Amino acid sequence: MSTGLNDSEIISKVLTGDQQAYAELVTRYQNYVFTLAFRFTKNREDAEEVSQDIFVKAYRALADFKGNSKFSTWLYTIVNNTCITFLRKKKLQTHSLDKEGVFEVADSQDSGLRANQVEQKSKVAMVNNAIKMLGADDAEIITLFYKSEQSLEEIAQILGLETNTAKVRLHRARTRLKEKMQQHFSEEVKDIYN
Amino acid sequence: MEANYRDMDERLWNYIDGTSEVAERSAIEQLIQTNAEWKAKYHELLDVNSLLQSSELEEPSLRFTKNVMEEIARLHIAPAAGSYINNRVIWGIGIFFITVILGFLVYGFGQIDWSSSDGKMPVDFGKIDYSKFFNNTYMNIFIMINVVLGLFLLDRYFANKRKKFREEI
Repeated sequence: MSTGLNDSEIISKVLTGDQQAYAELVTRYQNYVFTLAFRFTKNREDAEEVSQDIFVKAYRALADFKGNSKFSTWLYTIVNNTCITFLRKKKLQTHSLDKEGVFEVADSQDSGLRANQVEQKSKVAMVNNAIKMLGADDAEIITLFYKSEQSLEEIAQILGLETNTAKVRLHRARTRLKEKMQQHFSEEVKDIYN
Repeated sequence: MEANYRDMDERLWNYIDGTSEVAERSAIEQLIQTNAEWKAKYHELLDVNSLLQSSELEEPSLRFTKNVMEEIARLHIAPAAGSYINNRVIWGIGIFFITVILGFLVYGFGQIDWSSSDGKMPVDFGKIDYSKFFNNTYMNIFIMINVVLGLFLLDRYFANKRKKFREEI
């Protein structure tokens, strides 16, 4: 149930000892955090575990949130760091932007997706599946820009980059997504463009 | 040719995202109106953009919030980093190292015989006897100072912890 309070008001309540108020923040951001974690882990169980870990870390560090940025920007910084640590632990490659191999890795991780392509005709399902086929870096930046209401400046802050670098990364990620859609969902793409 | 396409893509994405300058915006608008290739590309990217806006968020399990709340029920919010990083200690360490470096420099320059240099470097670096400075006595003194500093910091750390523990009780 929504309390109608903004993030800063909820944080103040939590910091003064109302632990239950934190549930509102979790409910508010769980889908965003889970989606970002899922883009990294490519696995629902791992994404759930990582997301839980992220919210616990955010709670523990809440006193460090100074309100200089949006709470979501601060939270996504924790998401980014936790997911990178998770991938390192799992000894998976964090996909570098300039490596072509990223597509093959993403493909092999999501081989099950293609089996469902024929049935998944809707545009939304197609774009979601295409995003899943991207490398973690690309999928993350696209999700941050389109779904997490973050500006390019905020994305740069989350990823620890210059704004221009974040902009270039976003362009490249979208280009790769377009290629993915044309490569794996050519029929649906034709329907959309015609 | 490929670079041109990349440039076109980037300029169009900036236009769609609304991050281009005013002059650039009108230049691109002109190109979209007059150039068929730019127009086709613009519509292609616009379609990708609207598709991306329609993408959906994933949802965790229904118990997710409950699981997080159960997990944090046993935890306390950690004090803000600023409250346990003592600035005076950091300044103390900084001043110590700067003093050591300055001491070495003053000592080093004091050893140089400036009057005997005839336009040449007053020091022959090849002939410096480093063992004189890095002998056991000097190293032991240096290590001892570091050990004392380390113990002092450890004491401060435990004193803070003890204080907080008493406050919580």
